[in-house]
Amino acid sequence: MAAFTIAAGTGNWFSALALGVTLLKCLLIPTYHSTDFEVHRNWLAITHSLPISQWYYEATSEWTLDYPPFFAWFEYILSHVAKYFDQEMLNVRNLNYSSSRTLLFQRFSVIFMDVLFVYAVHECCKCIDGKKVGKELTEKPKFILSVLLMWNFGLLIVDHIHFQYNGFLFGLMLLSIARLFQRQGLPILSRLVLNSGGQAILPPRLTKVLGLQKRHMEGAFFFAVLLHFKHIYLYVAPAYGVYLLRSYCFTANKPDGSVRWNSFSFVRVISLGLVVFLVSALSLGPFLALNQLPQVFSRLFPFKRGLCHAYWAPNFWALYNALDKVLSVIGLKLKFLDPNNIPKASMTSGLVQQFQHTVLPSVTPLTTLICTLIAILPSIFCLWFKPQGPRGFLRCLTLCALSSFMFGWHVHEKAILLAILPMSLLSVQKAGDASIFLILTTTGHYSLFPLLFTAPELPIKILLMLLFTIYSISSLKTLFRKEKPLFNWMETFYLLGLGPLEVCCEFVFPFTSWKVKYPFLPLLLTSVYCAVGITYAWFKLYVSVLIDPPVGKTKKQ
Amino acid sequence: MEKWYLMTIVVLIGLTVRWTVSLNSYSGAGKPPMFGDYEAQRHWQEITFNLPVKQWYFNSSDNNLQYWGLDYPPLTAYHSLLCAYVAKFINPDWIALHTSRGYESQAHKLFMRTTVLIADLLIYIPAVVLYCCSLKDISTKKKIANVLCILLYPGLILIDYGHFQYNSVSLGFALWGVLGVSCDWDLLGSLAFCLAINYKQMELYHSLPFFCFLLGKCFKKGLKGKGFVLLVKLACTVVASFVLCWLPFFTEREQTLQVLRRLFPVDRGLFEDKVANIWCSFNVFLKIRDILPRHIQLIMSFCFTFLSLLPACIRLTLQPSSKGFRLTLVSCALSFFLFSFQVHEKSILLVSLPVCLVLSEIPFMSTWFLLVSTFSLLPLLLKDELLMPSVVTTMAFFIACVTSFSIFEKTSEEELQLKSFSISVRKYLPCFTFLSRMIQYLFLISVITMVLLTLMTVTLDPPQKLPDLFSVLVCFVSCLNFLFFLVYFNIIIMWDSKSGRNQKKIS
Repeated sequence: MAAFTIAAGTGNWFSALALGVTLLKCLLIPTYHSTDFEVHRNWLAITHSLPISQWYYEATSEWTLDYPPFFAWFEYILSHVAKYFDQEMLNVRNLNYSSSRTLLFQRFSVIFMDVLFVYAVHECCKCIDGKKVGKELTEKPKFILSVLLMWNFGLLIVDHIHFQYNGFLFGLMLLSIARLFQRQGLPILSRLVLNSGGQAILPPRLTKVLGLQKRHMEGAFFFAVLLHFKHIYLYVAPAYGVYLLRSYCFTANKPDGSVRWNSFSFVRVISLGLVVFLVSALSLGPFLALNQLPQVFSRLFPFKRGLCHAYWAPNFWALYNALDKVLSVIGLKLKFLDPNNIPKASMTSGLVQQFQHTVLPSVTPLTTLICTLIAILPSIFCLWFKPQGPRGFLRCLTLCALSSFMFGWHVHEKAILLAILPMSLLSVQKAGDASIFLILTTTGHYSLFPLLFTAPELPIKILLMLLFTIYSISSLKTLFRKEKPLFNWMETFYLLGLGPLEVCCEFVFPFTSWKVKYPFLPLLLTSVYCAVGITYAWFKLYVSVLIDPPVGKTKKQ
Repeated sequence: MEKWYLMTIVVLIGLTVRWTVSLNSYSGAGKPPMFGDYEAQRHWQEITFNLPVKQWYFNSSDNNLQYWGLDYPPLTAYHSLLCAYVAKFINPDWIALHTSRGYESQAHKLFMRTTVLIADLLIYIPAVVLYCCSLKDISTKKKIANVLCILLYPGLILIDYGHFQYNSVSLGFALWGVLGVSCDWDLLGSLAFCLAINYKQMELYHSLPFFCFLLGKCFKKGLKGKGFVLLVKLACTVVASFVLCWLPFFTEREQTLQVLRRLFPVDRGLFEDKVANIWCSFNVFLKIRDILPRHIQLIMSFCFTFLSLLPACIRLTLQPSSKGFRLTLVSCALSFFLFSFQVHEKSILLVSLPVCLVLSEIPFMSTWFLLVSTFSLLPLLLKDELLMPSVVTTMAFFIACVTSFSIFEKTSEEELQLKSFSISVRKYLPCFTFLSRMIQYLFLISVITMVLLTLMTVTLDPPQKLPDLFSVLVCFVSCLNFLFFLVYFNIIIMWDSKSGRNQKKIS
């Protein structure tokens, strides 16, 4: 009984939240799952029944292994548990096999791996300084942050309905971020010697003696591991690289905040390099030995796919495509264009993979790469010239993720989570970030709606979306109630517009005659509408990063 | 209310859990020829839509009463008719006479589940929210936590959204009744409760406390003055609402009698299947059903029920109070469940509803009871392949209760409302100080038994000679727990008003 009493203590809101969302995930087990379910089953089979040399060559199923080696090893380990559930799912030839035991195993493996995510959230909560601690538990930034992360709508539907293993991967990412924020040593000690801004007020040597250095190496290690699990995280690698170089390899700043070149530490660079190299060697080494690296890379980076996914991710190219379509329609009406010269695919449907532009120039992978780099560069410069500590790093990381989402080649709508989750950390610290976060999250999450198109899941996605959106907006409004309102009238209007849009797309449209004529219209509307919001959030975040003075200067003021 | 958003969140969580549970299987899925309650509800839509009112309750070539004949009061029939109109609009095959028997499809399941959700959303959930808001003496945060716990009560969710029934309608109306009567809108309250009875006759379990409470109120106001006026008004409301509901069946005497015969099937025996009441548990030792003739069984069960609920009802009539009313609702419903004739395992929901209402006052005991009540449904839930959602929702409910009421810190005698009882016992037995500790141990034993039995039922195969071993054990254990709760609730009812008076004297 005593143990129960302790477990039920007031401090245990975190475990209640974590358990609650885990139970919700268990309830989602019988929901619809996408082809990604089969993808992962196939990978289990490949890694279980074939030698390593065959992993990246096997092509019985169309869903070939296209994640880096660590993920393959992860599937290999899973498969040794899976054999106790159902041996049949480990057969490469057994395409589209989904017995109830397979389903249970795969779903539970995702739920179980989320333990890492929960731990990472717990670590992240420690980094949030509790300056604005209110009396109520529900108004504490830590509480709000853990709800925003653990109950994240996007993660719930992508992992536990659509089926993917993003939870523990984001767990690794959050853990590495948390390590960059954290300092070794006793928490109480660090609270004593740090001021509210997180800056050490002791001389550097003393901090070193007390072991208060941030755990950069650990952070770098986790990120390197993460990269070898899923290479989509390469998008945010520039932020990591520059931050570690600037804030870890250079040990001191000039008084005005610029870098002091002679403080460069070779030991640190080499140790960082060693960590990254060892991790990469562990992952890619075997394939290098087998002389299979080109094959592995050709699987990891397939540029044969189109500019946009079947459903346009709400980014710059969605707007570009839409503009092209509008121009071509106008052109046809005003007879500037010759109907015979227009490629058929672009007019009949928006759902074809290879979208051919009619008026505007077509986009090549190289163009998108250049655009992405150009978009990322300013934020990287900011990180170098105006270091703002871990917060600045986080903003740069979010910007990297968002910029790649905006301009990348064949971006999936799910990639928006890469920006939303790190942004959650920022949102509970500053009102300005909170407002950008809310716009980004709400539109980003709404843009995930087309992932779930089956009728039984319609109420779930709407309910969960309402749950998350209402909570995030209201709790952040309460947190920052003393500052100016989070939204101006235009933003409010835009966000409210998502409601009618959903009603039109999923409740009205199927009953109209347009359903046969323009089946792609709801997807197009959703994608363009969300693209506007995400572009706006991206732009606003960029402006705030560029305008914000470095930490040193604000101090003086 | 500045915390409106938390209330919205809580309601949304309740709705999400309901809908996710509804994705699971329903009773009798793919099991011809009789299917289950799901088919019964669909069949009622078919009958009410295709046949004239006069034939609804009669056996005919179009209406085989052996095949899920309508045996609920008229309001259920009207509800089925309403659903049938919507079904007709979407897909007429769903309710075609004769040919639609055993109709099953994903779309139809979706439709049926949606009707439950809509009924719940319109009737039960607003009643819960309003009820918790009307509670006095607790903070807004506690009110919201209370709503969460009540909405997460697994028994109702699993039966309505898993097994398939519309209990939230009748329970919702009953809750509106409780709400009305405790807020002194007696007429509206009794109207709502009449609707509840006319939706499901099982609501009669709650009728005596309603009657006694309202009668007590009239007595209090003085039977010669205002009290009499109120009594007449109440009587008129009840009669009028009944007449309104039964209007089509009052045209002929035979109609009314037939409906009543359908509602109270006396010849179906003392109990059916496995139910956690006295008769079924006693059946393990002695086959009462075979020994005693039916009319004696009837009289016996009536006597036991009557005797067990009498003290609480008298107390309520003499000293009507809102809290006493809710506690009497619990003990009366529990008496009916344990002792009355022809009880179903699902009737435990009628006890759970009033227990939910005292959740904030006696969190420890209420949570315990609600867990046991869900456990007692285990054999039924296993038959419907609802193991997974049952376990998950039960754990969710338990966690919600533990975090929002910190129930394990509320096990003192005072908090269990047993203070005055133990004081009066101590007058005769001075060493009687172990009550609180004893209850904690009983809780532990009970929970461990339930967990072990659940594990055994799920993993082990019963011995061939005793195929029902585990379900009988589940019923037996639950019945023991329920008996304990009956004693407990009667004790706190009998000693409650005394302590109230004592406190007044002290202050």
